[in-house]
Amino acid sequence: MKTLMLGNEAVARGLYEAGCAVVSSYPGTPSTEITEYAAKYPEIYAEWAPNEKVAMETAFGASLAGRRSFCGMKHVGLNVAADPLFTLSYTGVNAGMVIAVADDAGMHSSQNEQDSRHYARAAKLPMLEPADSAEALQFTKLAYELSEQFDTPVLLKMCTRIAHSQSVVEPGERVAPAPKPYEKNGAKYIMMPGNAKRRHPVVEERTAKLIAWAETAPINRIEEGSDHKIGIITSSTSYQYVKEVCGDRFPVLKLGMIWPMPEQLIRDFAAKVDLLVVVEELDGFIEAHCRTLGLPLAGKDYFSCLDELSQNQVAEKLGLPHGVGIQVDQEIPARPPVMCAGCPHRGLFYTLHKLGLTVLGDIGCYTLGAVPPLSAIDSTICMGASVSGLHGFLKATGGEWDHKTVAVIGDSTFMHSGITGLVNIAYNESNATVIILDNSITGMTGHQQNPTTGFNLKGDPCTKIDLESLCRAVGIRRVAVVDPYDLAACRRVIEEELAADEPSVVISRRPCALLKYVKHNPPLTVNQDKCVGCKACMQIGCPAISVTGGKAQVDDTLCVGCGVCEQLCKFDALRGHGEV
Amino acid sequence: METKNIMIVGVGGQGSLLASKLLGRLLLNKGYDTKVSEVHGMSQRGGSVVTYVRFGDKVYSPVIDQGQADFIVSFELMEAARYTAFLKPGGRIIVNTQQINPMPVITGAADYPDHLDQVMERLGLNVDAMDALSLAEEAGSSKAVNLVLMGRLSRYFEDLSEEDWQEAITHTVPEKFLELNRKAFHLGRSV
Repeated sequence: MKTLMLGNEAVARGLYEAGCAVVSSYPGTPSTEITEYAAKYPEIYAEWAPNEKVAMETAFGASLAGRRSFCGMKHVGLNVAADPLFTLSYTGVNAGMVIAVADDAGMHSSQNEQDSRHYARAAKLPMLEPADSAEALQFTKLAYELSEQFDTPVLLKMCTRIAHSQSVVEPGERVAPAPKPYEKNGAKYIMMPGNAKRRHPVVEERTAKLIAWAETAPINRIEEGSDHKIGIITSSTSYQYVKEVCGDRFPVLKLGMIWPMPEQLIRDFAAKVDLLVVVEELDGFIEAHCRTLGLPLAGKDYFSCLDELSQNQVAEKLGLPHGVGIQVDQEIPARPPVMCAGCPHRGLFYTLHKLGLTVLGDIGCYTLGAVPPLSAIDSTICMGASVSGLHGFLKATGGEWDHKTVAVIGDSTFMHSGITGLVNIAYNESNATVIILDNSITGMTGHQQNPTTGFNLKGDPCTKIDLESLCRAVGIRRVAVVDPYDLAACRRVIEEELAADEPSVVISRRPCALLKYVKHNPPLTVNQDKCVGCKACMQIGCPAISVTGGKAQVDDTLCVGCGVCEQLCKFDALRGHGEV
Repeated sequence: METKNIMIVGVGGQGSLLASKLLGRLLLNKGYDTKVSEVHGMSQRGGSVVTYVRFGDKVYSPVIDQGQADFIVSFELMEAARYTAFLKPGGRIIVNTQQINPMPVITGAADYPDHLDQVMERLGLNVDAMDALSLAEEAGSSKAVNLVLMGRLSRYFEDLSEEDWQEAITHTVPEKFLELNRKAFHLGRSV
């Protein structure tokens, strides 16, 4: 029966239908839902790993053991997993192994817009690129066939518009292949130099075979057009924009496998048209391949490598009519994302702001601590960079910054990549103060469990890693826990730890206010007689508080009664109504 | 049939994902090729959010571009004004007149613009402004603004009956909130 499915849901359906047995991933927008949907199939073992490298190695182990396996991640997650990726290209697989990577052109929820297709070429791995949910399902299944036929992990490249768009899918039946036996094979799986040397030519031969496959593969298809002045090579969401504006006018070569690319198919296509145009998002990846074939073309000299493409942009560059709308002729204030009302990060960041500290930040909801009025973050790079960056900052400055610089990192991010940085702090003895923002969940990606929450992906109770013990075990003697709703305690503890002449960890602990089990207090009220309109309560950037007509107002649909603003009011005008 | 475009805009957390899910179900049931494009992640934290719903005989792009929307359904006044350029000539803006201050307004760095519904009308745009918040509260929850606005949108689709819409609501709304949402939809459609 036809149904609407999110691209990510369709990938999960493909995993199910292909008989995938083991899924291990780390959440990251826009890839997260693949694994969440996969976990709903009882036939699939699915888990959140602490990071993408662990996830990919887990998937490798499952493949080695003879079961079809999968790991999914966002584009920057593949950087973390790049180490196993490049060598798994040499070993190949036992049962099929598929790696989904989701790019985020336009950076809807990311720190960069890297183009993951480069990984396929660099690691010499095949990469399929679906253009809608139906293809997401179909290509996932095909990826397993290719993986086993060509003895290689297969990359499945998603992007925000494919991952997070729903389109029509016709689900099929599950056909689970019999598990493959595991047989010891050191020459294939022990990648020490002697063996790896013999595997590299196998990789090159495989690529040649895959190119031959790509020449006639149905997923690399030519759609004929009536006007041969232009011929367009495209893939993924760019294909949809091209078809939207051109319909059947110009011939289109749609590439379903983006690496390796066919040669003869492209040459034949180019020979039939006056001008070859490559339409692709981000870098000129198809373009570079066509140029190595010596084909003249129009590509990134017309279509930007910045941001997402759009149908209007494609129409405009092809000289076709495109939509124009009427813009309101006055400035509309921006609406940036903000920390939610009752967010436990707010009190902590207010404290950092008031203390005037330099703060090395990390990846998560708490990156929003960088925006006014809190403005309490100095850098955000990647998962874990706060902790290791702080160490470098303090080593470089010889003690001068030790008592005014901290790192902030979330619970899930700490488990992902913060631990090793903390080990470095303990081992190489920098006088660092690391603040773990423990909100008991992976927040930004939409509430995924992690090793510190005590629950697994399926929601079942499991081993809970104790952050205090972990920090002590890696050699940090000073570990303090503070409630970020208590501003006085936050200030006292952070001042104490900054003053101490040894490394310390402060765990700022309070569950995310959006978690279902978190009980909220009644909204605060403003005593209009006492409020003098000083705006002290506005310094925390809470979306529930505003000042109208010289008096503070609390939006009782948003306020969860956290009471942080109450602690800022010197006039006793903001009043909470006790614990529920 | 030429592809029709509905854009849902609002503030993260207002329930636009449910509205788009409902539309997707409804339009697929009616046999249309349908695409719904959502935004997850960072912008859901109280930022400006946009959802695209497209349907017709064959839909290619999952997104709507400037000058292409037949309808913009805005959950908040300023968000309607932000996206007018996406409206097609002759298209219609259905807007909840509720105002939610963004952080620059809260901190005093910017003012909430005055009379935006009139500003949009002066530009010659078809504006259908309504107080969806009051109707949602009448239905039982301020959170039902999304269903009130879907009710209003439904008035412009003559070939879709109220039963068609109610069927889609039944299959997209959690059972606990079904009556509330049915009522909110009905108020939006009839008032």
